[in-house]
Amino acid sequence: MTAIVDYGVGNLFSLQSSLRALGVEAEVTCEAERLRAADRVILPGVGAFGDARAKLDATGLVPILLEEAERKPLLGICLGMQLLFDRSFEYGEHPGLGLVPGEVAFLGEDLADKALKVPHMGWNSLEIERDDPLFKYFKDGEYVYYVHSYYARDCRESTLGTSRYGNLAVTGAVRRGNVWGTQFHPEKSGDAGLRLLRAFAEL
Amino acid sequence: MLAKRIIPCLDVRDGRVVKGTNFEGLRDMADPVELARFYNDSGADELVFYDITASAEGRGLFTDILRRVASEIFIPLTVGGGIRGLEDFDRVLKCGADKVSVNSGAIADPSIIAAAAKRYGDQCVVLSMDVKRVEGQFRLFAKGGREDTGIDAMEWAVRGVGDGAGEIVLNSIDTDGVKGGFDLEMLDALAARVKVPIIASGGAGNMEHFAELFTHPGVDAGLAASIFHTRQVDIRELKRFLRGKGVEMRL
Repeated sequence: MTAIVDYGVGNLFSLQSSLRALGVEAEVTCEAERLRAADRVILPGVGAFGDARAKLDATGLVPILLEEAERKPLLGICLGMQLLFDRSFEYGEHPGLGLVPGEVAFLGEDLADKALKVPHMGWNSLEIERDDPLFKYFKDGEYVYYVHSYYARDCRESTLGTSRYGNLAVTGAVRRGNVWGTQFHPEKSGDAGLRLLRAFAEL
Repeated sequence: MLAKRIIPCLDVRDGRVVKGTNFEGLRDMADPVELARFYNDSGADELVFYDITASAEGRGLFTDILRRVASEIFIPLTVGGGIRGLEDFDRVLKCGADKVSVNSGAIADPSIIAAAAKRYGDQCVVLSMDVKRVEGQFRLFAKGGREDTGIDAMEWAVRGVGDGAGEIVLNSIDTDGVKGGFDLEMLDALAARVKVPIIASGGAGNMEHFAELFTHPGVDAGLAASIFHTRQVDIRELKRFLRGKGVEMRL
């Protein structure tokens, strides 16, 4: 069973539907017992980092997540990926879960071409930098769907794939041990995204 | 690099797609779910559904359709039509919409933009505007383009983005239905004022019109209905054509 962490952030309809379409048994939950019983865990999320972190803390699930990440595959999606890092600078400085080294900063700050739009919204090609079981059914350069204004940086050694936006190689997918993250939304990335979720469900 | 987007728009009334459709091989040409599936398979980057139903019964049918589309099609879905308050945002988001487009609802009550952006995030709020030239000004129209609000459309856009709209659909009444090309002058005027993604609507008649559109760097996406529904333009063919012209496209 794949547990989707429900901490009151974002819309889980598409994620649930895409797993159902793949025939993957999934459960939306905020119970520690269910996370412990799961074969793998997905941490979703949209919105602002500080708010999401506070809501995640309020569930009391953080220690469980840190423990379970030692034992089973964990996938953070979009803001859920950003939460995996050490810290974020979205409206102040907020601590992340520290599962992947690196930090989350405003895209506009590092984009050289100030005419480029923020958020980085739409389909961008994911260039694979390091082969990984997550890419078992995914081809280098396939397009994935992004919507975000902040991005992960200083995380070279964990980076699996990036997407070019102006001068930046935007961190698209990361991995450290049992912990994976995608900045893009696999559940909104058409067939390519479904294939990525399928690979995760087989881990 | 970020690809330009091609977006078919489905107007749905009482559970059926209106505007002529002419697809061979589709069991039910006016079934929104079937049509959505077809567009997904032909490479559409996003789908827009407009609910043009007036009755409560039709509204229920619409949310059922949305739920069915969102359960099996995994590209971004934008929903508009009849969005007047946060409860409407809530209703369509729960059925699987990713973005919600407001038009007349925001004119009647502009605070809806800020309230929705705060609750669901900027990326969720799309400001859709119907604009027409009146006395040398780009004028905002309400009620599906029937009523001149007297408001300067560019000022309206700047205000909407300031309130948290994360994307703008600009529908030019002057070029809509004419099939003579998008309203590039109007789009440029908007791109000079806002930094959020701009979706061009109104005027697409052939593939060249899209090629012309994307030479304007401020435009992120092209939206059309009838030329896709009538199959005058095939989306996959259009995207190959545009890529051949050097436009970044997801194929």
